[in-house]
Amino acid sequence: MADLKEKNSISGTALTACDASLIARDIRLRSARMIYRAKSSHIGSAFSMADLLAVLYTKTLRIDPNRPDWPERDRFVLSKGHACAPLYAVLAMRGFFPEDWLDDFYQDGARLAGHATHVGVPGVEVSTGSLGHGLPIACGMALVGKRDGCEYRVFTLLSDGECDEGSVWEAALFAPHHGLDNLIVIIDYNKIQSLGTVKEVLDLEPLAAKWRAFGWEVREIDGHNVREIDEVLTELPIQIGKPTCIISHTTKGKGVSFMEDKLLWHYRSPDRDEMVRALAELEGEQ
Amino acid sequence: MRSAFIRAITALAERDERVHLIVGDLGFGVVENFAQRFPKQFLNAGVAEQNMTGVAAGMALSGKIAFTYSIANFPILRCLEQIRNDVCYHRANVKIVAVGGGLAYGSLGSTHHATEDIAIMRALPRMVVVAPGDPMEAEAATEAIASHSGPCYLRLGRAGEASVHQEKIDFQLGKAIQVRDGKDFTLVSTGGLLETAVQLAEYFRHTGLRARVLSMHTVKPIDSDAILAAARETRAIFTLEEHSLIGGLGGAVAEVLAEAGTPGTVFKKFGLPSEFSSVIGTQEYIRAKYGLSVVALTAAIRSTLKNEPTFSVTTAG
Repeated sequence: MADLKEKNSISGTALTACDASLIARDIRLRSARMIYRAKSSHIGSAFSMADLLAVLYTKTLRIDPNRPDWPERDRFVLSKGHACAPLYAVLAMRGFFPEDWLDDFYQDGARLAGHATHVGVPGVEVSTGSLGHGLPIACGMALVGKRDGCEYRVFTLLSDGECDEGSVWEAALFAPHHGLDNLIVIIDYNKIQSLGTVKEVLDLEPLAAKWRAFGWEVREIDGHNVREIDEVLTELPIQIGKPTCIISHTTKGKGVSFMEDKLLWHYRSPDRDEMVRALAELEGEQ
Repeated sequence: MRSAFIRAITALAERDERVHLIVGDLGFGVVENFAQRFPKQFLNAGVAEQNMTGVAAGMALSGKIAFTYSIANFPILRCLEQIRNDVCYHRANVKIVAVGGGLAYGSLGSTHHATEDIAIMRALPRMVVVAPGDPMEAEAATEAIASHSGPCYLRLGRAGEASVHQEKIDFQLGKAIQVRDGKDFTLVSTGGLLETAVQLAEYFRHTGLRARVLSMHTVKPIDSDAILAAARETRAIFTLEEHSLIGGLGGAVAEVLAEAGTPGTVFKKFGLPSEFSSVIGTQEYIRAKYGLSVVALTAAIRSTLKNEPTFSVTTAG
């Protein structure tokens, strides 16, 4: 296992793609254990974004676990707050708080709630859980950064189902209008939302064209290819004067064969047998 | 009140560059000077209140004092969840300003009547709720909420209200201003009905009854001390608000009285029934329709007091 705490420089640029893949695996393992113990949901949503978080938290974000409120830090706003387990996992791995906080995630008296919660949790910028809130907040942070001439960047990770929310599109109009090139939206496009596929529920296509038409610089990537993720996150801002939208094509439940691309794993919590099989698959992964 | 607010926020912006005014594409003829003088402290977020409020929260979380500004229900109800989660939960330093509180935009119709706003805002954790009674209070309230760290809701009337206060006021959040002293009964008002409360007190003075008038500009936190003092020292309490009778000033005062147990205190709320206005008309017209004119209130108070054996009500001379 790659020890992220040794990488606690402000940005851990020395990591290789292989490291990032191992970290993604560790994020999945931790998330799976958290969700299993808690009997909570959203394991599929956690797995689809694990590779993105691995690259962000090892290579991209300029953050310092010893100074979570460092004014010049990059901001990461998890707008799909239901998929908080992997965020907590990676924050613990980076040393923002002790790993044993993960043990009683979601349970009575725990420190970590079942949706991303900032209260008492270093490294969580914003509490989310109701969809469509992260991007407007990120816009406000980015606008201040621009107006005050700060160097920090603001990243926000949205789910695909979340793009049904009108507030997302209000903010999508706002950011290009104000030239927020320090703002990066990443959409975890795993194509499955709560009650069905995105196509069935409320089709987003053509998604890239929509963001482009709103004035964003858009890139589409394979959200499980850490090299591809790293490449796009290294060239930010892709175009000066424009916010970036990265549409990350992913697979719900990625990493465990019987969970992949299955609607069931938006809500289902693994039972003991499923957990054993899931861990075996994840641990066998290279 | 609108002009008083603009005057106050202009002065604030001048001396504190953290102060930002964010409007939802409203304020024609009102905000332009501010925008020109402080372009880096001004933002027109467009007709998009959810985003406006989220942006304000993000700015506040980045060190700013963000005032959002729009009319009636737009800056509160359209974006209520952003206020609850993004502003209140994060204790973000956002001040929500609504012009046209109550029936100020009477003739524009029920969509423009902000008549449940106090109740709704009051229910949110950490939210301070302020409805100033005249322009002087509006100016002082703007400064007070800017100094308070955390979420505030400022409910303004319109432009051109009369000044009720003639002398300098001591405005403190959560502390009622006693506008008239009296020992017979107390009129507690919030928002633009303060002028009506003073007119009622003047009227009853001629009948030999002395009314205490409290301007309860802050509905949350409510000034329990002033209410309980009124219950001890006067024999009846009437609340006046241009707001639903559910959950507003009257509700807040009733909660204080009921919990404290104040036997013998006559209590009555004056406000709007929980319905959409059945008539079209100006603020004055709709007020009269719902019994909030000076004439109607005089009669209602007289009739309440008449049934109380401890009061001797005579006819005004």
